[in-house]
Amino acid sequence: MQLRTRALQTILTEKGYIEQAAIDELIETYEKKIGPRNGAQVVAKAWTDPKFRKWLFEDGTAAIGSLGFGGRSGNHLVALENTPHVHNMVVCTLCSCYPWAVLGLPPLWYKSAPYRSRTVADPRGVLRDFGVALPKDTEIRVWDSTAELRYMVVPMRPAGTDGWTEDKLVELVTRDSMIGTGFAKSPKDLR
Amino acid sequence: MNGPQDLGGMDGFGPVEPEPNEPVFHDDWEKRAFALTLAMGMPGGWNIDQSRFARENRSPAEYWSMSYYQIWFAALERMLKERALITDDEVVAGHSLHKPKPVPRVLSPGDVLKVLHRGGPTERPTNTKPAFKPGNAVRAKNINPPTHTRLPRYVRGHVGTVDRVIGFHVFPDSNATGAGENPQWLYTVRFEGRELWGPDGDPTSQVSVDAWESYLTPAD
Amino acid sequence: MNGAADMGGMDGFGPVVQERNEPVFHAGWEGVSFALNMVTGVARLWNLDAFRFKRESIPPPEYVNLSYYGLWTRTLELMMLEYGVATPAEIEAGRAIAPFKKAPRAVTAAECADMVRCGSPYNRPAPSPALFKVGDKVRAKNMHPKAHTRLPRYVRGHVGEVVRIVGCHVFPDSNASNLGEDPHWLYTVRFDGRELWGEQSDPTVRVCIEAWEPYLEPV
Repeated sequence: MQLRTRALQTILTEKGYIEQAAIDELIETYEKKIGPRNGAQVVAKAWTDPKFRKWLFEDGTAAIGSLGFGGRSGNHLVALENTPHVHNMVVCTLCSCYPWAVLGLPPLWYKSAPYRSRTVADPRGVLRDFGVALPKDTEIRVWDSTAELRYMVVPMRPAGTDGWTEDKLVELVTRDSMIGTGFAKSPKDLR
Repeated sequence: MNGPQDLGGMDGFGPVEPEPNEPVFHDDWEKRAFALTLAMGMPGGWNIDQSRFARENRSPAEYWSMSYYQIWFAALERMLKERALITDDEVVAGHSLHKPKPVPRVLSPGDVLKVLHRGGPTERPTNTKPAFKPGNAVRAKNINPPTHTRLPRYVRGHVGTVDRVIGFHVFPDSNATGAGENPQWLYTVRFEGRELWGPDGDPTSQVSVDAWESYLTPAD
Repeated sequence: MNGAADMGGMDGFGPVVQERNEPVFHAGWEGVSFALNMVTGVARLWNLDAFRFKRESIPPPEYVNLSYYGLWTRTLELMMLEYGVATPAEIEAGRAIAPFKKAPRAVTAAECADMVRCGSPYNRPAPSPALFKVGDKVRAKNMHPKAHTRLPRYVRGHVGEVVRIVGCHVFPDSNASNLGEDPHWLYTVRFDGRELWGEQSDPTVRVCIEAWEPYLEPV
């Protein structure tokens, strides 16, 4: 694949369809700049700022946009609220749609057949693969991203974090908790 | 198409296997395959629905045994060849052999962040009104188009509830065939787990999809 | 299970490719694979439904990349492992290492000839009267068992008409998991193509399947 990809890059550059520096910039952006830390900031703000939280669930695109995040795979964003009674999970059974703008590029498991095939039919079984168990009567809502809407889960705020600043809370928000395959870390997990 | 990408509800793929500390890209070539695909969007002149169809439109033997970025790469190659932007002999040679075709625009490095930030919004203006409102019971149609659709097989024929009216959006089934954007009203429709999977389905689960108006009929 | 074998209505496999003067077996090993499967049936090592279940549970990427008899050989390996006929080391080595603990007597050629002639009928005495009669409208249940079933996904939830009462047959869903033959009434059910594939599809098409009574509900 290395040879084939390099060959294609050579051809396209020689034809003037692409500029090498643009390729490098794209790679750099998604490897280093755009990632789950964006979404973690959204969540930390939602945990501490009730007005932002309300706005976030009413108009995800605008609220998240106000923090400077949006654009590619983030033009139409919806935030999903986890509560003690409702747990949300996000999947794209048909391909790999994922909120790049707030989470970066998806992990391999999200794009692979086991997750795509089983999450809509057996979400609890999939959560077991992540070592996550929910109470028997928790409602699980699975969101299959079939259009250009991109979903992110706002996990519940862990106990023992009263008075924490947003910067400190950001450290508790994991990528998996924003997909719905995990929870936010608790303070003792940080130590 | 009822292709190998329509995976919802299929068995046999085994457990989900998260990789600890997974890198964004597993290989240098993956980075290139990703970036080349994005960078060629403008000069290539294809839309995202066409690129999704190019990925899914292959045999299950290929699709289920290729890695994620192998599929991206194969689709990119196919779209480039379909539009005569590259040729088979050039791919073999690893070099440009023929005069390049004129293209509308090329992505310059300075424009990358701006273009990413603009993204690809799909909402379009309209004077029409949505046929459904939140709370309506709707049935997903039993459509089986041979070309691109975003109505997965596992919901077809089933009854759900309109959760939200999203807006008026580009219709992929049309856009992917080059027949134009033909936007329609788009809804989030929620289905009970047992409606989808029968009495053995998880009674605590619900699944929603985002469905265009022509995917739906009223249910009584 | 909703495995790779349940292909009805799937796109992407390309055109039907016909081979002129196709031999019965493309290679010697294919014939061996075929015969081994027959012999294990005669020896009653496992039942046919269990064999089918094992075959369809081969992971989809492997399933669609194996040839037809490749699937049979792979399934035989898996069955031999599961039923304690061979160990992984023996499969790897390609020969027996430990003596087979409860060896059945070897299947003879004569027994095989008998099997070819008589087959293995699946009809059984009926435990109760048939629920449906010819002409009844029935709906295929929206069931998604994890184990073996012979109700393809493409008919589930759809309404058809009983066109024949086949008889009372061994029930594969039960037999495949070695839960007993549990015979049930078997029907031929006919569906309109448009019922299965939507309003835009060919109105002249009908599809029939054989469906056991537990797959069906009255309409």
